[in-house]
Amino acid sequence: MSAATEQIDEILKKGYGAGFVTDIEQDYAPPGLSEDIVAFISQKKAEPQWLLDWRLKAYRRWLEMKEPTWAKVSYPKIDYQDICYYAAPKTNENAPKSLDEVDPELLATYEKLGIPLHEREVLAGVAVDAVFDSVSVATTFRDKLSEVGVIFMSFSEAVQKHPELVKQYLGSVVPVADNFFAALNSAVFSDGSFVYIPKGVRCPMELSTYFRINAAKTGQFERTLIIAEEGSYVSYLEGCTAPMRDENQLHAAVVELVAHKDAQIKYSTVQNWYPGDENGKGGIFNFVTKRGLCEGARSKISWTQVETGSAITWKYPSCILKGDDSVGEFYSVALSNHRQQADTGTKMIHLGKNTKSTIISKGISAGHGQQTYRGGVKISRGATNARNYTQCDSLLIGDKCGAHTVPYVDVRNGSSKLEHEATTSRIGEDQLFYCRQRGLSEEDAVSLIVNGFAKQVLKELPMEFAVEAQKLLGVSLEGAVG
Amino acid sequence: MLKIEDLHVEVGGKPILKGINLQIDAGQVHAIMGPNGSGKSTLSYVLAGREGYEVTKGSVTYKGKDLLEMAPEIRAAEGLFLGFQYPVAIPGVSNIYFLKAALNAIRKHRGEDPLDAIDFMKLSKEKAALLELPEQLTKRSVNDGFSGGEKKRNEIYQMAMLEPTLAVLDETDSGLDIDALKVVAEGVNALRSPERAMLIITHYQRLLDYIIPDVVHVLIDGQIVRTGDKNLAKQLEKEGYNEVRGTLQP
Repeated sequence: MSAATEQIDEILKKGYGAGFVTDIEQDYAPPGLSEDIVAFISQKKAEPQWLLDWRLKAYRRWLEMKEPTWAKVSYPKIDYQDICYYAAPKTNENAPKSLDEVDPELLATYEKLGIPLHEREVLAGVAVDAVFDSVSVATTFRDKLSEVGVIFMSFSEAVQKHPELVKQYLGSVVPVADNFFAALNSAVFSDGSFVYIPKGVRCPMELSTYFRINAAKTGQFERTLIIAEEGSYVSYLEGCTAPMRDENQLHAAVVELVAHKDAQIKYSTVQNWYPGDENGKGGIFNFVTKRGLCEGARSKISWTQVETGSAITWKYPSCILKGDDSVGEFYSVALSNHRQQADTGTKMIHLGKNTKSTIISKGISAGHGQQTYRGGVKISRGATNARNYTQCDSLLIGDKCGAHTVPYVDVRNGSSKLEHEATTSRIGEDQLFYCRQRGLSEEDAVSLIVNGFAKQVLKELPMEFAVEAQKLLGVSLEGAVG
Repeated sequence: MLKIEDLHVEVGGKPILKGINLQIDAGQVHAIMGPNGSGKSTLSYVLAGREGYEVTKGSVTYKGKDLLEMAPEIRAAEGLFLGFQYPVAIPGVSNIYFLKAALNAIRKHRGEDPLDAIDFMKLSKEKAALLELPEQLTKRSVNDGFSGGEKKRNEIYQMAMLEPTLAVLDETDSGLDIDALKVVAEGVNALRSPERAMLIITHYQRLLDYIIPDVVHVLIDGQIVRTGDKNLAKQLEKEGYNEVRGTLQP
């Protein structure tokens, strides 16, 4: 044990006298990270021994790892011993009693996004009966899903109810020591979603975390695992389309997808965490590892993301195309306004024959925002006749922002084809004037032009998500011009 | 409807318009002709409120209000339309979506309810037919990949949809072949009405064979040097701008 951990251990012991491990009434762990804290989390969740061992292994590996510095983002050093790694699910005790008690600015944003009233209450965490409506909605869905054998539950619940599946797949796509943040997540992950689609089943509805928001408040270290058995299909929607104010600063999630033979997984994200204020004060640091494994032949994984929030985004949803004829897709819109920084992209790793990947990335920078597309296409020796098409476009608004494109390509055979297209453009004064001459306000004009720019990606989103994402782009750009 | 008095405009510190006086009444069609660099486009941009065009002297009154005080979108909402010489492309935004947003922004300004999709489509079909604009063109991205002629026809289609009270058409004829020119002219003529005024800016007399103006002005070097009826345009075509300049300026 290092000197630092020893010291923290001491503080912990001092604070809790008899030792926090037995103090089950306690709702949160004290700040800091140690093997004891990892054990505490595991115990709180009544996890089996193998999972505790797995967490500890991750923790020990994490201790040896260094925070990556290659991304084009800068932020103050994170003190990992100053963070709380466990907080019990939030109770309704301190929740606002009605929308009257909710921050009016937040409500104004919901209004602009056109979110229905009862959903606004859910999103703002209002403890009223309407919330329970959505819980019952969730239950109804669950019944319908279980009829066809789909398992959709919180990760913690899955550990209890389907340990064999969790054990088989956890860490199979993102190994514990994959990277610094993934290792941290593996050690201390709080909760997340678990999805299992049995062989040949087409999931009868879009699965969304939204319905689960109140059933299980997920914390800052989410862990999601989706398994699609042979010939199955699932579309999964992640995140809230409305701004979630979150007091937490660090968000390090891991998402693993496994698609077996002929299976398809479509994973859509609209990320709108708090981006910090105009001067870059506050906001979420979003360090996320997302990876899908196209395990079987002809399997397909599509990532679609709209990233408008967070102060820092560090995220590269990737596909490992192991099965022959498997397909990976990545569609992304990332927007950085004010002082936001986004370093995002994808990795497509072609292992199987005739594998295909498509990357469409649209970056929008405004204010002092910095935007980097970082992509890797790796085609191994055995991936004969592999195809990749990459298109990354950047749109600049104003003259203080930046856009950067960093594509890596590694091809190990002679029969594969790769295409790469990149453009950078600005919203021109002439475009704005044209729109305004037709009667649109400057802000509406910007929103229109940006949505046009992002259309290729937005059309990949499920319908109702696309509409909200479209509005979100407009709202996120307010004050970007003029 | 529109009254321009002693208007002086500079672009980047360089005087372009040097004392324009012009009055257009409702129901009238005026044409402004002039050689390249005479300030024709500058006049249209100043009226529409483009940035970078500095009014150093003079006034513009539109429907009794100070036009120069208004933001570009307010001018548009008040019924001023500019048909661009070089219409701008907006990739990914369908023509019809763009126009619906524009029309409803204008309707909102007037205190009218937004048009719903069905009424809007009905209106759009009607107007597109007027200009023989293929319906498919209304669904493509605004001016993106349009030919020169398609862009100009699209401008007139937009004008027809937005039903302005004052339309300024900046070199709408440039880039049009004779057939397209006729179609555009017919579209413009169909929009002539006692409530509507038009200011047609053109380099050539050709367009005025099809859109017969009430008044023709000759703009040279930032000043209106001559005003007359439709015959003035014909005279210009015959004698050229230099002749007119020569005969008029001491």
